[in-house]
Amino acid sequence: MAGGVCVLTEFQDGDFRKVSYEVASEGKRVADALGCDLCAVVLGSGIGDKAGVLGKYGVSRAIVADDERLANYTAEAYVPVLSEILKELEPDVVLLPASLNGKDLGARLAAHLQTGLAMDCTEFKVEDGTIKAKRPLFAGKCFGWYEWDSSARPQIASCRPNVFERTVVDEGASAEISAVTPAVPSELKVQVVSVEKEEGGKIDLTEAEVIVSGGRGMKGPENFKMLEELAQLLGAAVGASRAAVDAGWRPHSDQVGQTGKVVTPNLYIAVGISGAIQHLAGMGSSKYIVAVNKDPDAPIFSKADYGIVEDLFKFIPIFTEEVKKAKG
Amino acid sequence: MNIAVLIKQVPDTETVIKIADDGKSIKTDDIKWIMNPYDEYAVEAALRLKEKTRGKVTIISTGPQRVVESIRTALAMGADEGVLVDDPALEGSDVFGVAKALAAVVKELNPDVILCGHRAVDYDEGQRGAAVAEMLGLPHIPFAVAIDVDDGATKVKVDRPVEGGKMSLEASLPVLITLGGAHAIWNPRYASLPGIMKAKKKPLATKTLSDLGIDSSEVGPDARKIRIISMEMPPEREPGKIINGDLDTEGKAKELVRVLKEEVKIL
Ligand SMILES: Cc1cc2nc3c(=O)[nH]c(=O)nc-3n(C[C@@H](O)[C@H](O)[C@H](O)COP(=O)(O)OP(=O)(O)OC[C@H]3O[C@@H](n4cnc5c(N)ncnc54)[C@H](O)[C@@H]3O)c2cc1C
Ligand SMILES: Cc1cc2nc3c(=O)[nH]c(=O)nc-3n(C[C@H](O)[C@H](O)[C@H](O)COP(=O)(O)OP(=O)(O)OC[C@H]3O[C@@H](n4cnc5c(N)ncnc54)[C@H](O)[C@@H]3O)c2cc1C
Repeated sequence: MAGGVCVLTEFQDGDFRKVSYEVASEGKRVADALGCDLCAVVLGSGIGDKAGVLGKYGVSRAIVADDERLANYTAEAYVPVLSEILKELEPDVVLLPASLNGKDLGARLAAHLQTGLAMDCTEFKVEDGTIKAKRPLFAGKCFGWYEWDSSARPQIASCRPNVFERTVVDEGASAEISAVTPAVPSELKVQVVSVEKEEGGKIDLTEAEVIVSGGRGMKGPENFKMLEELAQLLGAAVGASRAAVDAGWRPHSDQVGQTGKVVTPNLYIAVGISGAIQHLAGMGSSKYIVAVNKDPDAPIFSKADYGIVEDLFKFIPIFTEEVKKAKG
Repeated sequence: MNIAVLIKQVPDTETVIKIADDGKSIKTDDIKWIMNPYDEYAVEAALRLKEKTRGKVTIISTGPQRVVESIRTALAMGADEGVLVDDPALEGSDVFGVAKALAAVVKELNPDVILCGHRAVDYDEGQRGAAVAEMLGLPHIPFAVAIDVDDGATKVKVDRPVEGGKMSLEASLPVLITLGGAHAIWNPRYASLPGIMKAKKKPLATKTLSDLGIDSSEVGPDARKIRIISMEMPPEREPGKIINGDLDTEGKAKELVRVLKEEVKIL
């Protein structure tokens, strides 16, 4: 099969990560617009026949490379395997998740195949039988539309998590599975020593539907308990401004902003955060923004859909109670 | 240990971005330029490796003469030498154009470790590190939040985040590592006054593409695999609404719950 759209999924710890379905769904939309077929390439360990589920999202065929050595991602192990499969498939378009691994994989794969990659895209359109991709620049202070040179095939693009809608096109469908023996290089210079997961399967900020973030106004690490309780009720992840991270109140992985995570949740609640330009860049594309700040002139209010001018120490506990009541 | 650090000069993160008249680039008048923050972490990480192994740190960048200031900053922090590739033919390149020039400089230096930011906070591509490693046929490790080298300087151990946790990796040398984390992890040192004085006398070479044996047709706009066709600003957010200040705290809390229920639809 030459041509067509191919999606790369992320299979981890026995299952697909949610963003895989988002990418498959967008892949289906792009394939329909191009009038071509959608296939998937699944790398990992212990996949078995789980790849069939991709059929629900419109994948007709899944090429599965199931190997213990692919259990944990490294570019060195993944890229040779993928490039071999892609050389066979010759797709026009390759979409993959802009998760941490996906961003890294896309970059190395594009360099290896000497083709162009649009990183962390938020929108695609199909014109004249080819795709164009939109992606944020300057952490979302502006956006750029990209097109590929006609010599650059496949056109590779990574898709920002939480942006593309998951769409089941056929509940009963199952993707046809083709198992391949992966060409993992026999000698790897980079070895995974260990993987540690945080307890309770913490939701990553980049994939969270709701984020409750705290800033310097929180006054100390102990007060974040309040936000954690609220987050738990809302099914949210907890984020932070750089001021809260620099103070050592929160881990670096919680930092939202131009030099932290750029996030696109449905709802972002900023508590005791002033709204510096670097912070706004990282969360300004959230669908809804709520700000709680005691200073009515705080710049965060210029971006907020709903502003609450209150002392957070008074407001958050009362608001948490009201949320509890609403949830019954 | 011989260490190379790739740095890029980017607009200050305070910059309000405006689109230029051509509709596909940004206005650069009045921009204050800084070293990409993730590259600052790379310089800091390099200096720590240098201190442990008594190595040498070379800073490599491409761009016009204004970039000299960022290289001098890295030299003032404690790096030893700088190389700037300044060639107008590189302007308007995509990831590969500049990566080619960077890879050519790195190759001549033959370093044990190459460090660079995982992304530059302007175009946010996050691709150059992997591209340079690919061109040199070296492995790379992304998003480092900790880097350690064994006593014989033969192996590095690197921690990187994964969603919801972290991964530790080990690699033989040479290897390219891209820096992740946040300011709080790396706390890059400031240039001291004596450091700044010394930096003025440290070697800083400027090279052109022909010095590197690169034909200008291999880089620049004509060699692009992917090009920016237009830029746009994010959609204006509707002016926000302050929830009625006449309400008491409880009233505001109730009103916000109503909004979350009826408009945001998450409750
Ligand atoms: C006028 C103009 C037009 C452009 N047109 C296009 C276009 O048509 N298509 C396109 O794809 N891009 C275009 N670009 C952007 C382009 O050149 C990007 O800079 C490039 O795609 C790489 O992305 P990045 O800078 O975000 O680097 P990243 O890949 O995010 O950088 C990662 C790391 O690589 C290193 N690095 C990056 N750049 C340098 C450097 N110059 N010197 C030393 N180290 C470096 C740094 O350590 C950095 O932290 C244009 C830029 C300009 C100014
Ligand atoms: C190179 C560079 C990169 C940066 N990158 C980032 C980044 O990625 N992310 C980021 O967040 N920042 C970043 N910054 C830092 C940024 O400029 C700001 O310093 C930072 O965002 C401020 O954090 P804050 O809003 O928590 O603190 P402040 O600006 O101090 O704001 C605290 C707010 O809390 C309010 N407050 C205080 N007490 C209460 C109370 N009791 N009740 C209600 N409200 C209260 C105050 O009114 C104030 O508005 C960067 C800076 C630089 C130079």
